[in-house]
Amino acid sequence: MAATFISAESLRRNFAEVKAGMKPKEAVEESNRCLYCYDAPCIKACPTGINIPSFIKKIASGNMKGSARTIMEANPVGASCSRVCPTEELCEGACVLNHSSKPIMIGDLQRYATDWAIRNEQVLFKAGRSNGNKIAVIGGGPAGLSAARELARFGFAVTIFEAKEQAGGLDTYGIVSFRLPQEISLWEVEQVRQLGVEIRTGTKVGTAISVEEIRQQFDAIVLAVGMSKVPKLGIEGEALQGVYDAIEFVESTKTSIRTDIAGKKVAVIGAGNTAIDAATCSVRLGAEEVTIVYRRTAAEMTAYDFEFDFAKQDGVMFKWLTAPKRMIGDAAGNVTAMECMSMRLDESGGQIKPVPVAGSEFFMDVDAVILAIGQTRHLNLVEQLGLSHKRGVVTIDPVTFQTSDPQVYAAGDVIFGDGQGEAMVVSAAQQGKKAAYALYQQIVKQQEETA
Amino acid sequence: MADLRINLAGISSPNPFWLASAPPTNTGYQVQRAFEAGWGGAVWKTLGDPIINTSSRFAAVHFNGQRVAGFNNIELITDRPLEVNLKEIGETKKRFPNHAVVVSLMVEPKREKWHEIVKKVEAVGVDGLELNFGCPHGMAERGMGSASGQQPDLVEAQTMWAKEAAKTPVIVKLTPNITDITATAKAAVRGGADAISLINTINSLAGVDLDTWNTIPHVGGKGAHGGYCGPAVKPIALNMVAECARNSLVNVPISGIGGISNWRDAVEFMLMGATGVQVCTAAMHHGFSIVEDMIDGLNNYLDEKGLQSVTELIGRSVPRYSDWGDLDLNYQVVARIHEEECIICNKCHIACEDTSHQCIERLTTDDGRAYLKVREEDCVGCNLCSIVCPVEGAISMVELPSGELPMSWNQRQKAMASVGDSNQEPGGTSKEAV
Repeated sequence: MAATFISAESLRRNFAEVKAGMKPKEAVEESNRCLYCYDAPCIKACPTGINIPSFIKKIASGNMKGSARTIMEANPVGASCSRVCPTEELCEGACVLNHSSKPIMIGDLQRYATDWAIRNEQVLFKAGRSNGNKIAVIGGGPAGLSAARELARFGFAVTIFEAKEQAGGLDTYGIVSFRLPQEISLWEVEQVRQLGVEIRTGTKVGTAISVEEIRQQFDAIVLAVGMSKVPKLGIEGEALQGVYDAIEFVESTKTSIRTDIAGKKVAVIGAGNTAIDAATCSVRLGAEEVTIVYRRTAAEMTAYDFEFDFAKQDGVMFKWLTAPKRMIGDAAGNVTAMECMSMRLDESGGQIKPVPVAGSEFFMDVDAVILAIGQTRHLNLVEQLGLSHKRGVVTIDPVTFQTSDPQVYAAGDVIFGDGQGEAMVVSAAQQGKKAAYALYQQIVKQQEETA
Repeated sequence: MADLRINLAGISSPNPFWLASAPPTNTGYQVQRAFEAGWGGAVWKTLGDPIINTSSRFAAVHFNGQRVAGFNNIELITDRPLEVNLKEIGETKKRFPNHAVVVSLMVEPKREKWHEIVKKVEAVGVDGLELNFGCPHGMAERGMGSASGQQPDLVEAQTMWAKEAAKTPVIVKLTPNITDITATAKAAVRGGADAISLINTINSLAGVDLDTWNTIPHVGGKGAHGGYCGPAVKPIALNMVAECARNSLVNVPISGIGGISNWRDAVEFMLMGATGVQVCTAAMHHGFSIVEDMIDGLNNYLDEKGLQSVTELIGRSVPRYSDWGDLDLNYQVVARIHEEECIICNKCHIACEDTSHQCIERLTTDDGRAYLKVREEDCVGCNLCSIVCPVEGAISMVELPSGELPMSWNQRQKAMASVGDSNQEPGGTSKEAV
């Protein structure tokens, strides 16, 4: 039994969306503050190119449906993005009012408009007239949904193969509920389904259906499987109970409330956005103490600044220049401690590399360790498809998103890495759109020309 | 501290800020509260024969999230018994002997009616009378208010009738629902008016409800035109005041009314010829306390300008107001964009490109920095870019020496006439001036 008793109800409250939506008056004031720039820099700063001044003007004029459509037209996961986009690095960072006043709260306005659409159960798009071609989209995350939505509007018969119980990918399972409630992502999934896209959930390609079957049944494939589990550290004690994969850990909080973290001392290994998510989740699950352990310093961490701030506000502690060496368990096989080493940054090789400080070993008492040191690749599937790749990162034409196989396109995290692509949800959405446009060009335009 | 006292045709008040005849001056309680708050005078809500008001009376025009850019009403004159009003007027004047208590009047256009009401009102001790020839709704259907105010002969006759009985100054309040405001202003002067006040409200329908398709406001599903006022009408009022001020036949003091919301507006009206101002919508929007900044702001402004008295403002801009035909056609300004202030919203560019003279270019420096530049040789000096620019000081309109002597259209026509018809430009340019 946990030493601290926290009711399940209060845990549930902890996972309610942190930020309140704009009130109508706020939205009216803020939308009227937008200058409606010509050739606005915010549009260019948005990876999906949402016509931001247009959707904001529509909020101001009371054309809420038009506003939501403008957003979702450019970004099929625009409701999720309004919550998770690093807006200060994108649209809001580009707002011209940064130079004379305060930037427009574009993300909040985007949420206001899409929340309206969700609340009013709006159907924003229609499928195009059938063009007789069938496309398989492997993976129902942001990139897959985005590709499927656009393909359906072009008149393709689209089937999404989704390994999990629900589509939406990281938006549904991988982003903490208090930032992105699951129903938002599921609404976006529903929008795609309403276009006639078949979403076969619980259907893992390579297991439930073979690559060969898909190749036979469909004219082309969009591969949008994202990434896989967190890799092992390769140190002693990783198999102990109480050692978790951060992706799985966050996922476990999306649909139910776990009570096994309350009162525990938690260490999170890694300092990316997923690490922050795991850490803040742990705080909200009632952990006594949560420490992010990172082998480099705050300057090198990959989490966004606002995520870092958020974690600090939640009381997460940071142990910089520290790396785990082994995990120690009790007789029952539960992790109880972690042996760590201090690190220092070595710049001698031209690259900043963390190196262990000899003799610096020390012990940390822990009840749980969450690994958030990146994600592995769906290497097996990529190889079954026979695609060129670099360590699982599928190689694509940067314009068309076509892979080495002309019938296969790829988008999202499956192409992210090795200097290729972007890790943001919004980039995945854009890549999905682009893959869809290229596919349309390739298949339909070709047929029209030969007809 | 400058002297804020004014004297309008013999009616003096501690400052130029009066409450206009309207809902805020309906009762003694309200007017006394207003005087306590600092208002220099009040024109009591119009007295006349008993009327019945509707329920649902006001509406407003909101603009881009700002409340009350314009205000519309279908309320009529006072609905309280004359005796009650007269008693409260007397009490108010006694309590505030130095404040201006003016009473608005409206009766049928009959001589004896005017004599009767003037005598009754003056008997309780008032500083002046204002004849309401302006109210555009309700009373007009009965031949009063703007119905009589739109006919110069009726304005003249009624003014005369009021003056026959009046011992205190008579102000004639003019309706703007007329093509040439000076026509009725002159009629008032001919009738013996001691001053004029303008403008009353403008015929208006505030809006239509998109859900119900009812008018705004509506009374049980039916609407009627009302009177429009508030900030949106200020430019209309200011022009009418100025037209009266610069007309030599309208040689009486002016009480300026129409969308005055703060001390700045008041200064503008006084510069354009008003001796004092009347305010209503701003008080209805914010309460009587807004007069505090009006007084304070005006004081500071006068100090800054080195003026001893607010009366030094009166009419100072009138000589600068003229007719289009007198404007110098050789005068030239061009827009200049100041890069250090510019935030590159491109609003000036698209405004010029789409709707003016296509002379603002979007350029990029060698190091890739965007900037905007006016092609001055093509700029006509229309001001549009500086109007749409959201950053104060980013675009200024700069005077360019034309190198030519001033020449107005009228001067040009005259000069051309003197050299004979043979030199006239093809197409008959004289017609364009009409």
